[in-house]
Amino acid sequence: MSAPLVSVKDAVKTFSVNKGFMAQKKYVHAVNDVSFDIMPGETFSLVGESGCGKSTTGRLINHLLVPDSGEVWFNGKDIAKISEKEMRPLRKDVQMIFQDPYGSLNPRMKIQDIIGEPLLIHTSMSAGERLKRVQELLEIVGLNSNHGERYPHEFSGGQLQRVGIARAMTVNPKLIIADEPVSALDVSIQAQVLNLMQQLQKDFNLTYLFISHDLSVVEMISDKIAVMYLGTIVETAPKKKLYGKPLHPYTKALLSAVPVPDPTRDKNRILLKGDLPSPVNPPSGCLFHTRCPHCTEKCKTEKPKMQVMDGDHMVKCHYPGIADKEA
Amino acid sequence: MSEKLLEVKELRTEFKREKSWVTAVNDVSFSINKGEVLGLVGESGCGKSVTSLSIMRLLLDTSGKTTHGEVMFDGKDILKISEKEMRGIRGYKMAMIFQNPMSSLNPCIRVDKQLMEAILLHNKISKQEARQRAFNVLQSVGIPDPENTLRSYPHQLSGGMSQRVMIAMAMSCEPQLLIADEPTTALDVTIQAQILDLMLEIKEKRNTGILLITHDLGVVAEMCSRVIVMYAGRIVEEAPVKDLFANPVHPYTQGLIASVPKLGSNMTSLPSIPGSVPDLSVMPKGCKFAPRCKYAQSICHEKEPELTYVEGSTVQRCRCHLFHSKREEA
Repeated sequence: MSAPLVSVKDAVKTFSVNKGFMAQKKYVHAVNDVSFDIMPGETFSLVGESGCGKSTTGRLINHLLVPDSGEVWFNGKDIAKISEKEMRPLRKDVQMIFQDPYGSLNPRMKIQDIIGEPLLIHTSMSAGERLKRVQELLEIVGLNSNHGERYPHEFSGGQLQRVGIARAMTVNPKLIIADEPVSALDVSIQAQVLNLMQQLQKDFNLTYLFISHDLSVVEMISDKIAVMYLGTIVETAPKKKLYGKPLHPYTKALLSAVPVPDPTRDKNRILLKGDLPSPVNPPSGCLFHTRCPHCTEKCKTEKPKMQVMDGDHMVKCHYPGIADKEA
Repeated sequence: MSEKLLEVKELRTEFKREKSWVTAVNDVSFSINKGEVLGLVGESGCGKSVTSLSIMRLLLDTSGKTTHGEVMFDGKDILKISEKEMRGIRGYKMAMIFQNPMSSLNPCIRVDKQLMEAILLHNKISKQEARQRAFNVLQSVGIPDPENTLRSYPHQLSGGMSQRVMIAMAMSCEPQLLIADEPTTALDVTIQAQILDLMLEIKEKRNTGILLITHDLGVVAEMCSRVIVMYAGRIVEEAPVKDLFANPVHPYTQGLIASVPKLGSNMTSLPSIPGSVPDLSVMPKGCKFAPRCKYAQSICHEKEPELTYVEGSTVQRCRCHLFHSKREEA
């Protein structure tokens, strides 16, 4: 077993929300006791509904945010407490792909300057060498090498996302954090981009941290998946185990809520009642107890601990697999 | 049962772009029966929303206008009636739910006033009665504490809650036709499931006809009885939902269905449609899908096919030159 590339241990991140002068300070518990490992060469996915802390977790890993407590190990170094200056050389190894391809590319820069910028910062290549590398990358992501002369507005969303991927690839990063890379794209384009990401992973041995709310996309691309709810990971498992035999009632409900393009399928959904509780005042005990169909007294008062089931399947629930037993 | 509620015939809508006019929707014909959910699917820019806005007559005449066709509703061609008459229908007999609940509600006005506005406009009742009615609709869309919600401002509600308020507003005058333009796209899956269930429940109770516009084939499969697939401003295929998924005829529909990742299928790569949607101002001459179609032949690039019934079917229509002959992969 090789060492994990990224290892997050008990990371906590809270943001303060100040409501008025003299008011008591309140905190949003964006990320609460999150721990996971990402092995080199694998695709690790974080899934969950909006506001569950997926993106915040992603930002802790590339040091855009610093955790309040806990450790974030990247490539054998704890980056939780290092300064921005110490982080800078490491930034080369962690690149990002963003959700909105229009918003994440500077409209006044040519594509070749956008893709070449990481080279300008991290390497000492000459202008000619940079241009050569940019053209090479454009072809790798399925664009034409003369597209570099154009500006972002001349491209469609799918093409721009390819540019975003090319930019992330320029400096041969060890880890690419993809934050909802396909959710702004149409289905036929989404398939193209997902296929490209998988091809690149094979060819260049990349490691992905894939952040998404779409369980069907995640199933296609991931090796390992963590399901988040209100800032904590409620279940972590390899793909097959999570989709085949989900143990947490939230995972189960989430899977059954996904509309499946098959009209003949049995429409027996588990409907969760109510909305996501506010992360300012998270519920006591198990965070999910307010919406859980199997909630008991114990769930309301006692926080469940992460327990290991079946080797690499981890779940945070007092009664793992309860949904199956009752059915 | 199969009483026609709305019939759209050969609708064409054009938009002004700089100095020329571009056609966003062309030759669109369909009908909706009472108590039926008709799905309208397609990718962004294919004219789904423009179709719905044309039916509601919500386009500004200066930038976009419907230049051809009829929209028969309630025995009248509503494209020809006056704006004043239209105002009596809009919100009363046909209502609309928009994609983004947060930005479709006025942030400065309390929910009660926004809900009562539509009720008071179309009914001669007192304010107290209108408020009571607003209370009742909120209750019927499953809001747990209607009194409290009535007094709140939109920002105090969550996304799912404000979408419920939007549905309540649309349903407050018990319309015969509900146009839902991507009603759940901005919501999380668990909340989406709640809203979709609610819409089906309303349909069952009131026999409302629903035009559901979406890009999500999963939502279509769970909600609709019939489906229209649009591409580049045209209907390319129309079929009952089961036929569409079991036996898609148009190559675009086939590609679209294949490119959706399916839960539990254990796929590792997806078939995708190469290329992207053509620009409205530089449309290909023949079949609009020909440049991306793997079956395309010379006729496809020259002549645009008609929307005709598929052989042996009276319910499935398709716009393709080649569907009757066996397609051979080029």
